[in-house]
Amino acid sequence: MISSLGYCLKQGVKNIGRNLLFSLASIATIAACIFLFCLFYAIVGNVRHSAEMAETTVGITVFFDDGMAEEQIQEIGREIGSRAEVESMTYISPEEAWETFKNDYFQGMEELAEGFADDNPLADSASYVIFLKEIENQKEFVAYLNTIEGIRKVNYSSSAVTALESLNKIISLLSAVIIGILLAVAVFLISNTISVAAAFRRQENQIMKLIGATNWMIRAPFIVEGILIGLVGAVLPLAGIYVLYQRTAAYIEENYTIMSGIFSPLAVEELFPSMIGVALALGVGIGFFASFFTIRKHLKV
Amino acid sequence: MIELKNVNKNYENGTRALRGINLTIDDGEFVFVVGRSGSGKSTLIKLLLKELEPTSGRIIVNDMDLGKMPRRYVPKYRRTLGVVFQDFRLLKDRSVFENVAFAQRVVGVPYRRIKESVPAMLRMVGLSAKYKSFPRQLSGGEQQRVAIARALINRPEVLLADEPTGNLDSYNAVEIMKLLEKINRRGTTVIVVTHSQEMVEAMQKRVITMDRGTIIDDTGAEVEWYD
Repeated sequence: MISSLGYCLKQGVKNIGRNLLFSLASIATIAACIFLFCLFYAIVGNVRHSAEMAETTVGITVFFDDGMAEEQIQEIGREIGSRAEVESMTYISPEEAWETFKNDYFQGMEELAEGFADDNPLADSASYVIFLKEIENQKEFVAYLNTIEGIRKVNYSSSAVTALESLNKIISLLSAVIIGILLAVAVFLISNTISVAAAFRRQENQIMKLIGATNWMIRAPFIVEGILIGLVGAVLPLAGIYVLYQRTAAYIEENYTIMSGIFSPLAVEELFPSMIGVALALGVGIGFFASFFTIRKHLKV
Repeated sequence: MIELKNVNKNYENGTRALRGINLTIDDGEFVFVVGRSGSGKSTLIKLLLKELEPTSGRIIVNDMDLGKMPRRYVPKYRRTLGVVFQDFRLLKDRSVFENVAFAQRVVGVPYRRIKESVPAMLRMVGLSAKYKSFPRQLSGGEQQRVAIARALINRPEVLLADEPTGNLDSYNAVEIMKLLEKINRRGTTVIVVTHSQEMVEAMQKRVITMDRGTIIDDTGAEVEWYD
């Protein structure tokens, strides 16, 4: 078994060598396909990461009816807090609201604010800031909040999150189309490479058949060839993307520190394990299926 | 034992290659199958190799009914046969050693066993000194010896030789026949398809004569069959 495996591996490598130009063309196409895939994967991953960042920074603020007692507000707060969608929530008392307001709008003109010293203009502005586990649930959750008696107003921002979500959808769709076309080209080229290899080894396969080699043994070198083409076609762009990504991320972090609050590139170790897995599976998968079906067609053993 | 019972083979183009063939070849026999071109000799070999299926009739080889054999058993069955062709069919890019070893590699024999069995087989066919040579560096007779070594390396019970001396001069043809006889003496059934009347007469073995898809003689008696 081990010796057969070694033989098939060796023959697979030999096939690539005999048929170098075709093999290189196949590797280049798969590499281009997987490079684009990884590029879009990184972009989509980062956009999603930004959306997640937005989810943690953009909250829903709930205001209550005028003159409502604090106990009643806390009661409603407990009810909201018990919902499964809620990640966390913070109570902001009228005093805290006024403090924040003063800091934001009366900076340098504190004396103007002093006029309100004993009469908090935001006395009825106790609020809860709610963060959801999944931002997608925001719309339904806001609708739920609006049904609660005693809630005067619900503030939420949908634009940032919706924009990121739709950007992600556009990028995913675009990448799916481009990758789809490249995949078709890659499958065609591998299939062609395997056909040429099969024609090259026709006599050898004929002899193998008569000697009593199993179908598996006859087909295996071609499948090994396809898998190797797919594997090399995946490893090359992965290495390229790794270097490119690291440099781009470092550049963004160094030069666009102002954006760090709303966007920071996903760390390599967070993005790459899954990307490597998917890209290798894609490369090896294309190589395997393209060669398997081609050789099945060519070698009716 | 090989048995053909009322075997017919019609090709799609309408050619009736074999008509009602009944034949028995015992274990350890040396048999010549002779006849002019198109008499059905090669079809007979292809049926025995299960490269072709008969249109009707039964073929039984060593108690295995080829018609009832599932496809997945075909490789295993073929390992019980060795086959040699007129054009040798050696792999040109591999040495003598590799050509013979090839037959063992493709059936999964471990390399340590190949290293022992191939030199022994090359000794048997008289090619020990040429194990590193490539087919283009060998004479026709030597190439056919390599092909025979390859056919025998997996110890088949039956050796099928389709015109094994067709491309050889008379000296090399005699040498190859002597080798086949030696193999037969070791217990392997040998079936040789040939055109060479001279060879058949010299060897004094059983001769099956075919003509237009039928066996016209199976006695060894001289029949005018050649082209």
